[in-house]
Amino acid sequence: MKELDPMVFLAVFQEMLGFWLWVYVLVGVVGAVAFVALLVRERGLVSRRLVQSELLGLLGGGVALVIMARVSSSGFTDAGGPADWFLIALVYGVGLVATTVLVYTLLGWRSPRAVAKA
Amino acid sequence: MSITTPSRRQFLSAMSALPVAAGLSSAAQASARDTIQTQARIVIAGGGAAGLTAASRLAASLKGATILVIDGRKAHYYQPGFTLVASGIKPKEYVVSNTSDYLPKGVQWINEAAAEIDPEGKKVVTASGQSVPYDYLIVATGLELNYAAIEGMDTNRIGQNGLGSIYHSPDAAAATWQALSAYADKGGVGVFGRPSGEMKCAGAPLKYTFISDDHLRRRGNRGKAELVYMAQSKSLFGVPIVAEKVRMLFQDRGVKVNHEHVLQSIDLDKRIATYKTPTGTAEQGYDFINVVPPMRAPEVVRNSPLPWTEGPFAADGWVEVDRDTLRHKRYPNVFALGDIAGVPKGKTAASVKWQVPVAVDHLIADISGKASSEIYNGYTSCPLITRLGQAMLIEFDYKDNLITSFPGVIAPLEELWISWVMKTMALKPTYLSMLRGRA
Repeated sequence: MKELDPMVFLAVFQEMLGFWLWVYVLVGVVGAVAFVALLVRERGLVSRRLVQSELLGLLGGGVALVIMARVSSSGFTDAGGPADWFLIALVYGVGLVATTVLVYTLLGWRSPRAVAKA
Repeated sequence: MSITTPSRRQFLSAMSALPVAAGLSSAAQASARDTIQTQARIVIAGGGAAGLTAASRLAASLKGATILVIDGRKAHYYQPGFTLVASGIKPKEYVVSNTSDYLPKGVQWINEAAAEIDPEGKKVVTASGQSVPYDYLIVATGLELNYAAIEGMDTNRIGQNGLGSIYHSPDAAAATWQALSAYADKGGVGVFGRPSGEMKCAGAPLKYTFISDDHLRRRGNRGKAELVYMAQSKSLFGVPIVAEKVRMLFQDRGVKVNHEHVLQSIDLDKRIATYKTPTGTAEQGYDFINVVPPMRAPEVVRNSPLPWTEGPFAADGWVEVDRDTLRHKRYPNVFALGDIAGVPKGKTAASVKWQVPVAVDHLIADISGKASSEIYNGYTSCPLITRLGQAMLIEFDYKDNLITSFPGVIAPLEELWISWVMKTMALKPTYLSMLRGRA
């Protein structure tokens, strides 16, 4: 059989998400750049904001699982083996990290804290 | 039915590699493979999964060639989704799109059925009498559902009085769901089974039995129901290790199995199905039945010189091809792909996924005067749904070997949510990518 071709990923995700694929990519890239820029600007993480973002991140992971359940007409309660627990952890983890980073970045750019320099 | 294959493997990896994949957008030009200049005239009889995939791959690889697809139907059906429609999971629209959506640039579409194939004269004649000559022919007509072979069957009554039949059409799949749902509300005898002979996606009748069982359980009516599976042979599935697993699952779910029972006739008013058995006929009353008709090659192929003339594929007219290359054994400029190919096992979209690149490579090698070493090993796959929310990812080849796309991660005979997720989320996009020659 053929070896894995990364272009196939792109084709499949384009079919799956259509226009939204590029919106997600854009949000991901802009979010990542803005996050790094914020870190540079503030010379580190603001712990209070990070904790707030992480709390929302916990919710984001849950939302990711709910979305996954909706689109797959099923739910994580259908898990039947280790691969399923891995998938649940993956989906939750992606939702958690993405939400945390995006919320942290949004909060940071809306009201940058000078105290961060302290 | 349901596609995929290594594309499943790709999907899984892709889930963790989305940013990487997306970042490679510029690599879209990677498809700029070496194109070959040719004046060859290639006719593809059939614009379904195999025909469109072949057209896309040929169009991407050849310059100057005349590529014609002959198909009388305008709608394209995503057949792997029919079971989901008949299970109440997806709407009918989920499986219907337009053939024109997938026709690559430069490929001509003759929107007529093929009426005659003449491999001696190297031409296909359409329903209106148009003669279409070719240098190379790809036969991808799909198959014919032979409902007429079941005495008393009337496809117009699918959805009524407990009669279901998923394969007939998207409308019939939706009507079958109505019939199943009504049955799940009250219980009774549910009868399932499959025809003898080759059929598309042999896992589908099994899936539907499991799905029916689960709907009954979810509505609290399993205790009021008896489920009977009529196997056409002594086995439940062509791959022994899978057959044994299904036997165990049927035992677990309380599904009664009758072997060597082939549906012969049906009384739609009295709801009685009659089966041919080794010891005569047997009647079975039902409150719900999923009729899977016998399948054979379409008339245009059966009436041509292309089918096998002896062996297990002769009676139903499947095209006589070499199973490794899909090339016709007597007409080397003819290939057969998808359901119509006279090869063991593969009548699924996953088979198409792996057959087409092999045949196209051989065809292009012929044009460029080279030899191709590509081999199709019979790979096919089936996410065998065992309850709503779980499936077993089953992949195998000509030799009944189990193939594991995710060794150590997804066990092939394990009921998993992840396999269901692939079936409901990833297979259709992978299938559509395949039609466009991108997967």
